[in-house]
Amino acid sequence: MKIKLKIWRQESPDSKGGLVDYELDGVSKEMSFLEMLDYLNTTLIERGEEPVAFEHDCREGICGCCSLFINGRPHGVGAEITTCELRMTAFENGNTIVIEPWRAKAFPVIRDLIVDRSAFEKIMQAGGFISANAGAAPEANSIPIPKELADEAFDAAACLGCGACVAACPNASAMLFVSAKISQLALLPQGEVETKRRARDMIAKMDELGFGACSNIGACEAECPKGIEISHIARLNRAFVASAF
Amino acid sequence: MSTFLGASIGRKLIVAVSGLFLILFLAVHLVVNLTLLAGQETYNMVAHWMGTNPAVSVIQPVLTVGLLVHIGYSAYVSLSNWRARPQPYYWSDPAGGSTWASRNMLLLGGLILAFLVLHISSFSIRVKLGDAPMADIGGVMTKDLYAMVTARFELGWYVLTYVVAMFFLGLHLAHGFHSGIQTLGLSDGTWRNRWVLLGTGYSIVIAAGYMLLPIYFFLRTHSG
Amino acid sequence: MSILDAKIPSGPLADKWASHKNSVRLVNPANRSRLDIILVGTGLAGAAAASSLGEMGYNVKAFCFQDSPRRAHSVAAQGGINAAKNYRNDGDSVFRLFHDVIKGGDYRAREANVHRAAEVSNQTIDQLVASGVPFARDYSGYLDNRSFGGVQVSRTFYAKGQTGQQCLLGAYSGLIRQVAAGKVTMYPRRDMLEVVVIDGKARGIITRNLVTGEVERHSGHAVVLATGGYGTIYYLSTLAVGSNGSAAWAAHRKGAVFGNPSFVQIHPTSMPQLNDYQAKLTLMSESLRNDGRIWVPKEKEDKRHPNSIPEDERDYYLERRYPAFGNLVPRDVASRAAKERCDAGYGVGDTGLSVYLDFGGAIEKQGKKAIENKYGNLFEMYRKITGINPYEEPMRIYPAGHYTMGGLWVDYNLMTTVPGLFAIGESNFSDHGANRLGAGSLMQCAGDGYFILPVTIGDYLADDIRTSRIPVDGPEFAAAEQEARDRLGRLMAVDGKQTVTSFHKRLGKIMWDHCGMARSEAGLQEARSLIADLKEEFWSEVKVPGRQDRVNQELEKAWRVVDFFELAQLMCRDALDRKESCGAHFREESQTPEGEAQRIDDEYSYVAAWEHKGAGSDHVLHKEQLEFENVEIKERSYK
Repeated sequence: MKIKLKIWRQESPDSKGGLVDYELDGVSKEMSFLEMLDYLNTTLIERGEEPVAFEHDCREGICGCCSLFINGRPHGVGAEITTCELRMTAFENGNTIVIEPWRAKAFPVIRDLIVDRSAFEKIMQAGGFISANAGAAPEANSIPIPKELADEAFDAAACLGCGACVAACPNASAMLFVSAKISQLALLPQGEVETKRRARDMIAKMDELGFGACSNIGACEAECPKGIEISHIARLNRAFVASAF
Repeated sequence: MSTFLGASIGRKLIVAVSGLFLILFLAVHLVVNLTLLAGQETYNMVAHWMGTNPAVSVIQPVLTVGLLVHIGYSAYVSLSNWRARPQPYYWSDPAGGSTWASRNMLLLGGLILAFLVLHISSFSIRVKLGDAPMADIGGVMTKDLYAMVTARFELGWYVLTYVVAMFFLGLHLAHGFHSGIQTLGLSDGTWRNRWVLLGTGYSIVIAAGYMLLPIYFFLRTHSG
Repeated sequence: MSILDAKIPSGPLADKWASHKNSVRLVNPANRSRLDIILVGTGLAGAAAASSLGEMGYNVKAFCFQDSPRRAHSVAAQGGINAAKNYRNDGDSVFRLFHDVIKGGDYRAREANVHRAAEVSNQTIDQLVASGVPFARDYSGYLDNRSFGGVQVSRTFYAKGQTGQQCLLGAYSGLIRQVAAGKVTMYPRRDMLEVVVIDGKARGIITRNLVTGEVERHSGHAVVLATGGYGTIYYLSTLAVGSNGSAAWAAHRKGAVFGNPSFVQIHPTSMPQLNDYQAKLTLMSESLRNDGRIWVPKEKEDKRHPNSIPEDERDYYLERRYPAFGNLVPRDVASRAAKERCDAGYGVGDTGLSVYLDFGGAIEKQGKKAIENKYGNLFEMYRKITGINPYEEPMRIYPAGHYTMGGLWVDYNLMTTVPGLFAIGESNFSDHGANRLGAGSLMQCAGDGYFILPVTIGDYLADDIRTSRIPVDGPEFAAAEQEARDRLGRLMAVDGKQTVTSFHKRLGKIMWDHCGMARSEAGLQEARSLIADLKEEFWSEVKVPGRQDRVNQELEKAWRVVDFFELAQLMCRDALDRKESCGAHFREESQTPEGEAQRIDDEYSYVAAWEHKGAGSDHVLHKEQLEFENVEIKERSYK
């Protein structure tokens, strides 16, 4: 099939970018979305043009690298998928597909569709860990954890750190990302000890980096490729209130 | 405390607490309004009691402060939210995940505020300044607020404005109610839907309750 | 004779690690902060090492090509991580785990290293749990275990189908904690191009900043590689598209000997290739074989829908051939059996290159809910990609390149033949012999990183406590930087017509056909000449567009493919040299009458360690003879 593409091209972080139109013939429904872009890039290189830069790695929905805003939605249409899991079956012959990078002040564009998500790293460094030195750990079964808590912690821990929540949020808020980590660790007895400090520091860092505030819109949750729910944000809010006392 | 209020969540907590306070006030206000249906004498008596009760005079400034805080902090939070995305998307399709109201709380708030200005200028200020007709309640001459209100409700444009504003208020509450609860951290996986349901119900009751009076008085006058 | 000294401690097997720990030299805490360690690769092994070394007080400079350590391909390990906890009371022990790994590796791994890996496995689970890894638990609140391919006990810890992701995030959280503490400095978005060797010791690396294109010098008292495997040499593999062998190859070029390069595991349960544009093959966890049954039709080229093929017309070939282990035979055995059926014309799907993995019976017996609990996310993944609902009809699977048992040769201290250059995790050759058992990779990576390297590197660094910071302006750094710049310049200058990927695909095809699941003298010879031709064509026809001083993903790929040409040659050479079949290495000339792999222990019970002799010269083979004092060498039988 033949499709039209509108893709954000930007040479470097400080240059001005813009949407560029492409027409691509010979696209197969069997391709994944990223394979379609690979194919586009092959044709661009063969024409002597520069390929579109985009991030990807595992191509099986687990590394969190891929990060495309497709037709108005992070990771495109479809529930709980990453861009690499999106298939061309979602499109029809003649469709126009608009591809943009994540947009947020805290995620500046590096090139084309690649953004700098190191702000997430900084938030994590502010407290997204349990301070357990190697060698200090007690026997793994010494602290039983109720299955429901372990399962809920797992649900939060499934976060890929892809940033779709920020991309989807009208406020470019990182609350779902932050809450997933805080919630995971707060649910486990091993991590619960540091919850107050963790909540305070991670939120302060999130604010400092220029993410917006959560106004409970819920767009993040709808676009999260791992289906992380905003009830974790409520837990984060509780932890934050608790941290003040 | 400074880290608390300086943090985005701290500011949102202020919006939430002030908002939930205003939500409660709306219920009280509605109950008072509904006494209009009980007739001139009852309404004027209640209004008189409200006007002279010392508790009310304490609550009134609190309410004003609550409102101003709610407006001020909402605007502040919204402004910083806008700054978080300096470059907008060429195409944004929020279809999947969120309600229109949740994405337009500031706009709704602004519209409600505009109505509030009209509302206050047409009732409260006139009452305060003494520019009101008088009526006899049990031998005492008091301001005839009943007459004033019902006269207002005979004006078509006013009724329409009122009803539309209450519709916006309902939308604002439909998101604001459970959003406030969520910000306070009082929600979880199980309670979340219950709060949403409760909030939606509450906003329908409030919005419909307020709408009822102008429509009722308008129809009463113009149908016969 | 040999440059290989494995430095295996003396004494009984079970005491070696303990006595080694007691005898290695230590670096006192005050001195550690004066020592810099360069760590390349921040997957599970690298992140665990970074957190451990940082906690001890060393200065760690950690590098990865992704934007964050959390994205390393350890995330993709699905099924689990082994440990000898014996929580199931099913007779497991450190020795049994050791024994299973040695046997699973077809007696081509070093006993002492494997035993140590088994020993620290329990500590690793403790550490990961303490780091907040949400392993599966049962209703008692205690940790759950499941059984996994190739063994008869339940020793595998898991977090749904995302065990690798969760383990990595646990180790990553330790790493970022040290970043916050100032002990680890992260250098993301860097490709390592060269190792810098000064006076015979590894003292630094040259990197390319993938954002600015800058070629940078970084120095340290020691260099640790945790750069994973090179399975992407097949182009299509279960690995991440960015996984590559260039860091290991750079070390090899500077003198680190390469061990068993041809030992590559072909994973039996990957999704088959769907089309020519495909960039990778998606793994379906081996754990699926716990409940799924593998079959092909008994009739050749049976084109009926699988659901309409009656039970007695199905050939459950693994259960037929290996009644004791059935569908749970090790990966190499399962892969070859699938290839055998497909080559014989029984394969299913349009291409005839796939077999069925069927959950019909399991769903009938245990209920859909139970199966969903165990494999829900895997089924969902399969459905998303293929559009087929595996609850209703069988999955189609086929083997795919997966894990490289081969890698940089290391001694007991995990040090390569270049002093001060260490290799941990999949990047070394050490623990899995000729075939890796399921859930063994996470076990090795975490163990190496958390508990083994931090001890053994101290022994090396104890000599360096008086060595001040290594300056980066010496002639060795300048020379290494120049080498890198020259090669980058050459790649940009070719300016041909064909994409880098087209060459990579062709190389992958050659390797898959001739140095994949089955190898023969003639095939390997042919491959060697095809690779040489392809390499020549590459250097005259490849097109690397764009600029060097920008993000240039084509340049990154080109650099990696150049190394793959050489590594591919060495793999074929190694496979040629080893005329026996063992584990994943199946030489058609060496098989039993039933078509099973035939080891030749008298001649090939060694690690083939290849020394690079400079561009244009042949590699030189060194042999590390393997001694088996604690296990009886048997024909590996899963019948």
